[in-house]
Amino acid sequence: MYLADTRAAGRVGDAPRLARRAVPATVLVLGTVSLLTDISAEMVTAVLPLYLVTEMGLSPLGFGLLDGIYNGASAAVRLVGGHLADRGSRYKTVAVLGYGLSALCKPALLVARGLPAIAAVLAVDRTGKGLRTAPRDAMISLSAAPETRGRAFGVHRAMDTAGALLGPLAAFVVLRASVDGFDAVFTVSFCVATAGVAVLLLFVPGRAARWGTDTGPHRQAAVGTPAAESMAAESMAAPDAAAAARAAGTRAVLGLLGQAELRRLTLCALVLGAATVSDSFLYLVLRADVDLPVAWFPVLPVGSAASFLLLAVPFGHLADRVGRWWVFVGGHGLLLAAYGLLLAPHPAGVLPAGALPAVVLALHGAFYAATDGVLMAAAAGSVPQRLRSSGLALVQTGQAGSRFAGSLLFGAAWTAWGERAAVAAAAGALLAAVAAAMALRPDSPAPGSPAPGSAT
Amino acid sequence: MSVRARLAVLAAVLVVLAGVGTAAVVHASDRAARRDDQQAGGPPIHPGQVRLATGTGAPPRRLVVRSMAWGPHRDELVVAPVGDPGAARVSSGVRCLRFHAAAGTGLCLRRVPGIVGDSYQAVVLDADLHERRRVAVGGIPTRTRVSPSGRMAAWTVFVSGDSYADGTFSTRSSILDTRTGHLDTNLETYRIVRDGRAFRAPDVNVWGVTFADDDHFFATLATGGQTYLVRGEVAARTLTTLRGNVECPSLSPDGTRLAFKKRVPGLPKDAPWRLSVLDLRTMRETPLAEGRDVDDQALWLDDRTIAYALPGDYGTDLWSAPAAGTGTPRLLATAALAGAVLG
Repeated sequence: MYLADTRAAGRVGDAPRLARRAVPATVLVLGTVSLLTDISAEMVTAVLPLYLVTEMGLSPLGFGLLDGIYNGASAAVRLVGGHLADRGSRYKTVAVLGYGLSALCKPALLVARGLPAIAAVLAVDRTGKGLRTAPRDAMISLSAAPETRGRAFGVHRAMDTAGALLGPLAAFVVLRASVDGFDAVFTVSFCVATAGVAVLLLFVPGRAARWGTDTGPHRQAAVGTPAAESMAAESMAAPDAAAAARAAGTRAVLGLLGQAELRRLTLCALVLGAATVSDSFLYLVLRADVDLPVAWFPVLPVGSAASFLLLAVPFGHLADRVGRWWVFVGGHGLLLAAYGLLLAPHPAGVLPAGALPAVVLALHGAFYAATDGVLMAAAAGSVPQRLRSSGLALVQTGQAGSRFAGSLLFGAAWTAWGERAAVAAAAGALLAAVAAAMALRPDSPAPGSPAPGSAT
Repeated sequence: MSVRARLAVLAAVLVVLAGVGTAAVVHASDRAARRDDQQAGGPPIHPGQVRLATGTGAPPRRLVVRSMAWGPHRDELVVAPVGDPGAARVSSGVRCLRFHAAAGTGLCLRRVPGIVGDSYQAVVLDADLHERRRVAVGGIPTRTRVSPSGRMAAWTVFVSGDSYADGTFSTRSSILDTRTGHLDTNLETYRIVRDGRAFRAPDVNVWGVTFADDDHFFATLATGGQTYLVRGEVAARTLTTLRGNVECPSLSPDGTRLAFKKRVPGLPKDAPWRLSVLDLRTMRETPLAEGRDVDDQALWLDDRTIAYALPGDYGTDLWSAPAAGTGTPRLLATAALAGAVLG
């Protein structure tokens, strides 16, 4: 008896350790879906300007302007997608809708003639992207054990970025093989996107039953207060559609901000986001500051993406070990270092040519690796399961909005004081934001640190 | 469904998708092979000698354009007679995405295919279309102009890759002195004077240069969502704003008027442009009798007539309309883009 009990107990104790090592299958499946979808999307992005200018004789300047508007709309759609997915835990349904919508846009490009038609197709494509983001991140957070969430998001983001890097290569291989067959690029892109939707449909679990097993710390932390107990009971009960819909209402989503921990995290993300210079500006500074050959311009984002790809998993893992909040704030420290390098005097001859941009891009990618998935992993710990998708959408949209505001401020600073002064101002603002984030530090222990006994 | 059944379904789906993808690539490359045959319906094209004749004062009877017609000479510079859209063309064997020429100097913006992407070059051509100089440019070519004397050449490219994931673009305009070899790679580094005061901003873009002489030019400057007509000086390295809402100016041969793209309020955001002519002495604007959206740097055929590209069956066709704003638009050449007048 005693022996058997010990063995049984030992087995129970082993299970989480095993789970900690293995990345959940659903995360790998969602990573595969994102990888295929990003290959498909970047295939189109890579050839679209060429197609517009050389085949259709259009100028993409107006298109660039429209793009900004659609990205704003995409942020709004993200909130809607998050909200819809929470109603009855329809994460998969909303994700399929989002991925499917984007896939269907590829054949539409074959028949779209003229900028208005192409712009309309791109708008639908962005809508699909907006819809799927929050439910997908919610599914990642719900399939990973709370103490390995950082790494799960890291694995997903690495796979996603790998797709973004492979897409342009695939596009130009097809373009060569088909002798400038843009229609062949769009068709192959559609096939790759459809394969992604097929993987999603076949291998990601559907409705509520599967997603009700979350053991996030919010529930453990909540035990003890009557309101929290009823909240936990509600989320564990078989979801009555109408009740769930009511629970996931807009007021409930905004009510999330009443939670001190999520409020602090969101506030940190907002403050740090406002001091983050957009990618476009960073590349603009690099091009203006360093005498790069023009042929290298298109390669700059590849450098950031490669660094993001390599570091997403290690940083996700680190976040689980030392605390997501620390890694998130520390990531902004890496960005601060990149700003510092841009500001530091770099006389010719001291560093080999290309060393400065290489280090800046590596830091920029590391910043994404330490903040993008890690923020979602951290936020997931503070959002109850029944509002997971809406909650993550809220944090993401808030961060995107404050980054946009930050970019406007940076542009204004550049206009008023010039480029170097603007970078100096951004560095000062980021330093202040990091200090503010330290002051706002959540009191609770690192959200990822496995508390003793949490295995059961 | 069991895991095995789901894997079987996935395998079947992947086989079908691989088939569709392969078929699309094979179809496109077959079509590319057929491109080498002359297509029915397009203008007949014959290889021959193309020379950029220097101005003789005779009325322009011929244009050199990029031929967009399918066939063995697609994308080559061809000579097309003015005013006879279906007439036979003489092809040069020189391929350009954009082209302009004056006084026996041509500038050809060319695409160079690579293994993992394309690169682009600006190539200076002499009157026999022989290459004299080659400059790597950092993006997709969109506009080019040569000064009336044939000495200065300017071009604009779209610099993509500002961001890997979104489709924003900026422009980069350069001016090459073909006599001294001096190259100004980025006109955004010129001193900018806006409304009488020095001005700088990170979002400044300059495009669509048109030369008055070897030192003076006009162009479009954009910042903060607003476009301006600027007067530029190469030697002094300055750009001075003159007026708002002017894009892709094109100076008339007599130097008195600018044809340009104007954003007309109330038109759709993605098709906002109409062609207008600005009289530089009176600063009065006259809209052309063309009711369609035009996205091109106009070309003056003579002091009274303006040519421009519009979308057509082969990509683009060239049309013309009187500069006085009267008359009706006329089809000038099918399957043609950009180009220059051979005097």
